[in-house]
Amino acid sequence: MDEKKIKFLEKQANEIRISIIEALVEAGSGHTAGPLGMADIFTYLYFHELKHDPKKHDWPERDRLVLSNGHICPVLYATMAHAGYFGNDGVEKYKKSLRKFNSPFQGHPHRAFMPALETSSGPLGSGLSQAMGMALAERIDNGKSYKKWFYCLMSDGELEAGNSWEAAMLAGKEKLGNLIAIIDRNKIQIDGFTEDVMPLEPLADKWRSFNWHIVEVNGHNFADIDRAVGEAKAEFDKPSVIIANTIPGKGVPDFERKYEWHGKPPNKEEGAMALKVLQRV
Amino acid sequence: MKLNPKLFDDDIEQAPIRKGFGEGLLAAGEADERVVGLCADLTESTQMHLFAKKFPNRFIEIGVAEQNLVTVASGMAAMGKIPFCSSYAMFSPGRNWEQIRTTICYNDRPVKIAGSHAGVSVGPDGGTHQAIEDIALMRVLPNMCVLSPCDAIEAKKATIAAAKTKTPTYIRLAREKTPIITTEETPFEIGKAEVFYRLNNPMVGIIATGALVYKAIIAARELEKDGISVTVLNLSTIKPLDEEAIIALARETGALVTVEEHQIAGGMGSAVAELLAQRNPVPIEFVGVRDRFGQSGTPEELLEHYGMGVSHIKSAVHRVFARKV
Repeated sequence: MDEKKIKFLEKQANEIRISIIEALVEAGSGHTAGPLGMADIFTYLYFHELKHDPKKHDWPERDRLVLSNGHICPVLYATMAHAGYFGNDGVEKYKKSLRKFNSPFQGHPHRAFMPALETSSGPLGSGLSQAMGMALAERIDNGKSYKKWFYCLMSDGELEAGNSWEAAMLAGKEKLGNLIAIIDRNKIQIDGFTEDVMPLEPLADKWRSFNWHIVEVNGHNFADIDRAVGEAKAEFDKPSVIIANTIPGKGVPDFERKYEWHGKPPNKEEGAMALKVLQRV
Repeated sequence: MKLNPKLFDDDIEQAPIRKGFGEGLLAAGEADERVVGLCADLTESTQMHLFAKKFPNRFIEIGVAEQNLVTVASGMAAMGKIPFCSSYAMFSPGRNWEQIRTTICYNDRPVKIAGSHAGVSVGPDGGTHQAIEDIALMRVLPNMCVLSPCDAIEAKKATIAAAKTKTPTYIRLAREKTPIITTEETPFEIGKAEVFYRLNNPMVGIIATGALVYKAIIAARELEKDGISVTVLNLSTIKPLDEEAIIALARETGALVTVEEHQIAGGMGSAVAELLAQRNPVPIEFVGVRDRFGQSGTPEELLEHYGMGVSHIKSAVHRVFARKV
């Protein structure tokens, strides 16, 4: 990945963070820390890695991206909007109608309102199973040629849900090399820091013991993300999990690393301050 | 109705309803290669082994993980597959209700959930394994279709029919051998109730579902001797309800009894009552479990103990007849 591409992605991610703040302020509710923290990874996927067509969301040959922790949908929506999924005024529509009545940008992702989504989500712990089901279906149809990749984006907190480990166990058994889970390891959840609420460490060892291929990455460094995804795709006989170390609230120092920002939006003043910081970048 | 000519014979053939599911799934799999099977460590018990043996590449053994069972199925459906998931009704949909709601119904994915061992007639395994709440759990979900076949032959037809719809579907199955009421020629259509026993000028209507349809027919026949003429409607689809058939029966008889191996709260009888309270109110008596859990015993002991025997159906008919105005 060359410097020019990295600069492009950094700029794009910053634009996406700006849209997220604007949308959340307008919505008056929603989650701030997770969406800001995952903006770089979403940017990397939608503007570099995924095989997809924003103008034709149901293109059968596309890679599949399942968002398991639906509450960070402001970053999914913003990235898709910037990538061109919702028309020329998609970004404006997103900023004006996030979490509003009849909007495609529902509080948590809902396919009936947004057909471009691979799934609806919100209740935690079920996304990996669905991405795995997709990967299994692909293997039934096309064997191990792996023409498509199946990404599941998940949170660290949702690993406390049993369904996540049911999925991990089966994917290891089935040796699904076309499945890549990306964990937002931001170490916070609603009630506090993950290691206080319910310790997850040693996290990599847990996944390793379920027969997964482990890759760790700095979730804010595009060259490193690129390396990690490349390593994941090179493993053919195991599913891969990328543990992405991220900073919740990334980009706005006042919001960073504070679990209090998990589930609330900035008010007008906080939003204006955040935009000032982001617009300086 | 082209029912089994031996319907009232002592040596009527018997088979478990779940067996019809196994045969139906095999037939559906042969007819459509998009059909895939997933099971949570109960492959033979739920009769999915027939499919698994024939189509090993289209069968996924999930292990004891019912939440994973239905969510993996949802993902497969997203790729164009028609997944059938089987387990005991107590575990699926008993344990994985939210996953069914969000990933299957909310997403409107054509996943078919077969819940075997429904009802107290599971027998000696006891109350933990006797699902008597599953109809309520499934019929409350938007987009979900709920099927409750009355015998093995109807279960086979229901399974084949379910494979052809784009609708999330729950198929309720029972463990024990039950009398074969229908034949290959008996009409079956999702959403359509059929009259299985009819006398002229019926005084009471019985609406029955699942394995108890047989007992309802036996009760109706015995009631004739008591001077009460009864019509029995087999309600094999609980959602969507065949509203016209139910309203027609209510109008013709003016009094109904519903019969199901399920809690009275939220079950098939509740669905009938919800409809008739709005469209054509008539007195109704409910035969089913009255807010209790099951226990160990033989199927017959349990059906008697929990008030779902032939005698209970007959007294419900007498009671509702007395309430007719």
